[in-house]
Amino acid sequence: MSNVDQKVPFTEAVEAFDPLLGFEVHVELSTKSKMFCACPTEFGAEPNTQVCPVCLGLPGSMPVVNQDAIESTIKIGLALNCKIAESSRFARKNYFYPDMPKDYQISQYDEPICYDGYLDVEVPLEDGTKKSVRVEIERVHMEEDTGKLTHAGGATGRIQGADYSIVDYNRAGVPLIEIVTKVVPDTGALAPEVGRAYVTQLRDLVRGLKVSDVRMEQGSLRCDANVSLMPAGTSEWGTRTETKNVNSFKSVEQAIRSEIERQAAVLQSGGKVVQETRHYQETSGTTTSGREKTDAEDYRYFPEPDLVPVEPSAEWIEELRAGLPEAPAKRVARLQEAWGLSDFDMQSVVNAGALDVVEETVAAGVDQAAARKWWLGELARRANEQGVEIDQVGVTPADVAGIVALIDEGKINDKLAREVIDGVASGEGTPAEVVEARGLGVVSDDGPLIEAIDQALADNPDVVEKLREGNMQPVGVIIGAVMKATRGQADAGRARELIIERLG
Amino acid sequence: MTSETGNTLDVAAVARLAELARISLSDEELQRYSGQLDQILHSVDKVGEVAADDVVPMSHPQPLVNVTRPDVNKPCVDREEVLRQAPAVEDDRFRVPQILGEE
Repeated sequence: MSNVDQKVPFTEAVEAFDPLLGFEVHVELSTKSKMFCACPTEFGAEPNTQVCPVCLGLPGSMPVVNQDAIESTIKIGLALNCKIAESSRFARKNYFYPDMPKDYQISQYDEPICYDGYLDVEVPLEDGTKKSVRVEIERVHMEEDTGKLTHAGGATGRIQGADYSIVDYNRAGVPLIEIVTKVVPDTGALAPEVGRAYVTQLRDLVRGLKVSDVRMEQGSLRCDANVSLMPAGTSEWGTRTETKNVNSFKSVEQAIRSEIERQAAVLQSGGKVVQETRHYQETSGTTTSGREKTDAEDYRYFPEPDLVPVEPSAEWIEELRAGLPEAPAKRVARLQEAWGLSDFDMQSVVNAGALDVVEETVAAGVDQAAARKWWLGELARRANEQGVEIDQVGVTPADVAGIVALIDEGKINDKLAREVIDGVASGEGTPAEVVEARGLGVVSDDGPLIEAIDQALADNPDVVEKLREGNMQPVGVIIGAVMKATRGQADAGRARELIIERLG
Repeated sequence: MTSETGNTLDVAAVARLAELARISLSDEELQRYSGQLDQILHSVDKVGEVAADDVVPMSHPQPLVNVTRPDVNKPCVDREEVLRQAPAVEDDRFRVPQILGEE
């Protein structure tokens, strides 16, 4: 096995071969408790503090299914236009690997809870238009997440060469949903973009259901991408590979592209594609060989004897269907039109997870541009810094509406608004209360402002000369000096008016 | 592995199962167990002879469905107690031997 794989340029590869895609996406549910026991599911807790006899697989312990996890799964299935099985069962997937202390994972095998659905994916094209591609869903099933292994000894921190491993079972048993597509044919040269659009829009859909954080970087959304090639003009499906470790939307696109180029090179040189798991390498944008794929029967699935079937009633399903939010694609299209935004600007709102907060801020009477400016700027920055969702920064849409109103009334400026946000986020009250308590307010009394302006004009005679000649471009220098002298409390608009006045 | 169609369980199949179950068997044991397992499978096959098409396969002896619990937390087990059960511990985690046969 050579370390550097041969590749065929992408355009050449997709001329000679038709790519066939398939996706397995895992979503960690954000339930309070685990799939089969009452342990918490929070990310980042001290190792092995969220465990009990059930998720440690101790003898005599018995799993019981989390009702909310079933509901969340049915919601995902319904949102993906799936049929919901009248009767569905859990199965044991047997394997020897210390990430599961039971030596099996409870999953679903031949009777998944949701099956036969689809997601219509809007794929952005180079010319700015979009192409709709239907991705058919094979199944959506419930299972449990595994523990986290850290490989110790050896130089690389990887399993090869490790002397031993250490295991944290906090994640073992966290509800995990697997969404499996059917083969996605006929994507041609668009295959990488289709992959990216599918995972992105699936994320948006699940996020809209509020059943998961769906954060790829934290592992609550994981994607395995299957790729195989079919010689153009034939119907011979090639051997597929499954690429793991794809940790961002961009990586989905790149992993598919890279795998198409690699497989095309293997086939064109007369070789055979090996059925295997491959690993995406973020730094090089390529995939490397992992283990050869074991056949499904190696897992010796059998019905889980400790759990009884799940048979959701028609009434329950209809109740869940009635409670589904507007489909994200429809909602985005509706808001994009209402706000008059370009595709790019709209996608920025969606990507920041700011759709809800911007919508609510606009509903509170704020102009969409101002709402987007604060949520995608200052507040997104804070969310990012704190590693939380944008609606968790301690500032509500009503607060933003209050801040924008204060700015519009000339009581504060953008700089002071950031201080107001500090105050609101640390629980000092409404924006108006923070302004009052901190004595923020811009200087509206012209006296101190005029004093500062006169000083700034005196300090910058060259600028004054240009201004007198009618070149207003360097006025920012004076305003900057005034802002500095008033510690940011001056109203820039009023200062500008006064500067012009003072210049006569 | 199934004998529903009257398949017999040969030595190779038992050797494969033993490997998957991480059980080390000698050639003599493989011979003996494949004979015994084969016999068990054929005995179970007899049930299939009397089961009509309208009898659905059973996976659970209790005629229960939808046994669930509400999504609430209950106290976990104290970590010290948990780790006391482990043969080896490092850094508050279970220490396990080198993992072979994986990537």
